[in-house]
Amino acid sequence: MSSPEQTGPSAPVQLVTPTGELAQHEAADELRPFVDALTDEQLRAFHRDMVLTRRFDEEGAALARQGQLALWVPSHGQEAAQVGVAHAMRPQDHAFPSYREHAVVMARGVDPVDVLRLLRGHTHGGWVPAEHQNVHVYTLVIGSQTLHATGLAMGLTLDGKSGTGDVTTDEAVVSFFGDGATSQGDVSEALVFAASFQAPELFFLQNNHWAISVPVQRQSRTPLVDRAIGFGVPGTQVDGNDVLASYAVSRRDLDAARSGGGPRFVEALTYRIGAHTSSDDPTKYRTDDELQGWIARDPITRFEAHLRSRGEGDAFFTDLRAEADDLGADVRRRTLALQDPEPGLIFDHVYSEPHPLMTEQKQWLARYEAGFGDPADAPEGGRR
Amino acid sequence: MTDTVQRDDAPAQAGAAPTTMPLGKAINAGLREAMRRDPRVLLMGEDIGTLGGVFRVTEGLQAEFGEQRVIDTPLAESGIVGTAIGLAMGGFRPVVEIQFDGFIYPGFDQITSQLAKLTNRHEGALRMPVVIRVPYGGHIGAVEHHQESPEAYFAHTAGLRVVSPSTPHDAYWMIQEAIASDDPVMFFEPKSRYWPKGEVDLSQPGVPLHASRVVRTGTEVTLLGHGAMVSVLLQAAEIAAAEGVSVEVVDLRSLSPVDYGPILASVRKTGRLVVAQEAPGFVSVGSEIAATVAEKAFYTLEAPVLRVSGFDTPFPPAKLETQYLPDADRVLEAVDRALAY
Repeated sequence: MSSPEQTGPSAPVQLVTPTGELAQHEAADELRPFVDALTDEQLRAFHRDMVLTRRFDEEGAALARQGQLALWVPSHGQEAAQVGVAHAMRPQDHAFPSYREHAVVMARGVDPVDVLRLLRGHTHGGWVPAEHQNVHVYTLVIGSQTLHATGLAMGLTLDGKSGTGDVTTDEAVVSFFGDGATSQGDVSEALVFAASFQAPELFFLQNNHWAISVPVQRQSRTPLVDRAIGFGVPGTQVDGNDVLASYAVSRRDLDAARSGGGPRFVEALTYRIGAHTSSDDPTKYRTDDELQGWIARDPITRFEAHLRSRGEGDAFFTDLRAEADDLGADVRRRTLALQDPEPGLIFDHVYSEPHPLMTEQKQWLARYEAGFGDPADAPEGGRR
Repeated sequence: MTDTVQRDDAPAQAGAAPTTMPLGKAINAGLREAMRRDPRVLLMGEDIGTLGGVFRVTEGLQAEFGEQRVIDTPLAESGIVGTAIGLAMGGFRPVVEIQFDGFIYPGFDQITSQLAKLTNRHEGALRMPVVIRVPYGGHIGAVEHHQESPEAYFAHTAGLRVVSPSTPHDAYWMIQEAIASDDPVMFFEPKSRYWPKGEVDLSQPGVPLHASRVVRTGTEVTLLGHGAMVSVLLQAAEIAAAEGVSVEVVDLRSLSPVDYGPILASVRKTGRLVVAQEAPGFVSVGSEIAATVAEKAFYTLEAPVLRVSGFDTPFPPAKLETQYLPDADRVLEAVDRALAY
């Protein structure tokens, strides 16, 4: 089944109802201080990041359809889960995304065009983590990055960069993965290592219910959040379409982890409204009823209703729409203006230190290409 | 490359007489030196702490450097390599021990798709100074998965460096040079050579990490191998000499990159090359070298380059290992064919 209410041992944490009201229940009361501490400006920033990511997603999909990208990976529907945890992270924290975390990387300062450079075939990476608030580059092998996150987190403890008790400087790591990844051995091994070494890490699972065409029920017969405690890691299931729930639980758990409390696990129940990628056709494996049910739980619509209930006026939403369209146009313009990488990129960074094969083969390719002369002189105007 | 400055309290001073120790102890000594010199070096693996590793290569290191620098990990090779990557991202220089050659495959994705490619993925902005130590090879009469030679998988993978010492001296220095490298290094330790003693000059390394080296001079045939095979080749050369055949032996030392200078110089002198390895021959390091030598030294070859290797089968049950592993007689059979060509 794909309804969040039916997936967990108890109801997932929800702080804002699908119609935009504040939820009233025990868990909400406990988490309320995290929300109450947010300023209006921060709440607007949550909404802004969700809307900008949605618009970026639309532009990415359009560019892919027009043949301008090798692949597009839609994030539509998962904005609340991602923006919530991104804002729960502190500046000194580290993020290890999978490949659908556009909201996370953008919220931490990565240029969205750098994401498109990856998906357009200009690079295998895109940015330097140390220069982008410790956001690591996308990892395409499912679950591999969770071990890197755990290793980095183990190192933070060894270096005394975590667990001193000062949450403004103690560092923590968020590793992102999906429901499909939970079947990968690496994710289990990451949980084992993180628990054994009490690493300051938040395992942030976005359960979007589908691993390409395979439903989450094929990955697990138990709610995925229940797996965490088997590793000795406290886990919480949240309504992943509620940005405040994602924020509050992640904030609480990250601060616990950074304070020496060991790893934490969050399962955010959400839904991939779009296709897995631009190469996928979800109409072949899931029903329209299911899709419509989740569209009705749209995270952006919900939070807009919440902000309006708090008195936010039309102007903010109108201006934001315009800003989003500007972002879309800017991303498109800069993507289409990207220059192809130089052939030297094939060889230049395979090793950090000199390597004879790289030198020989780079020189060979240059000579070979030069052998065709100036492409401008070729009869058909192009090189062979 | 390696900082070879000796510490004041180092066991031997520059210019001191060579000392004698087994290869396993030499790696232990090399690890200790590297850890004393650089506090960012740490060791990770299964049973490497209190026990000192199943081959005792890390014996005493946890006592000296503590549990935070000599880490007994959970029993999960992918987890060990994957977390070593994360530690390297945090500025550490992890040295990972894989307990046995045949246990490396659960870590294969992390080694080949992650560790090997991360520097390239980051276009040089991220370095991956991780060493993976792998006790490998046969001659110890062990059960399945404990006698394999998987080095070709890793030599085939761009982004990795692959080396294998054959002597205690090289082991002592090469492990330190591997740790000093900013690239990932697969460090294949010939486990059957852990125990025989050899001279170690603690004052100077000799040739660089990625150099091949002539270890016996001769004029009629060149023999090339790495790791435990080098002692077999020297034994074959000794027998050949008794029969009046002059054989040169080259220790490959580095499987990726291959240092072709000394190999080609030797082949141009002798005109004949026999490449030997314990690993299966099909799509192997020896095959690659044979092809390259045929391309680059074609006109000086008096005979085709011949390969002597393990058979293209799984490593057999230990009672058959003497039939499987190339020994001096199998090498000499190839020498005879090369000379008779």
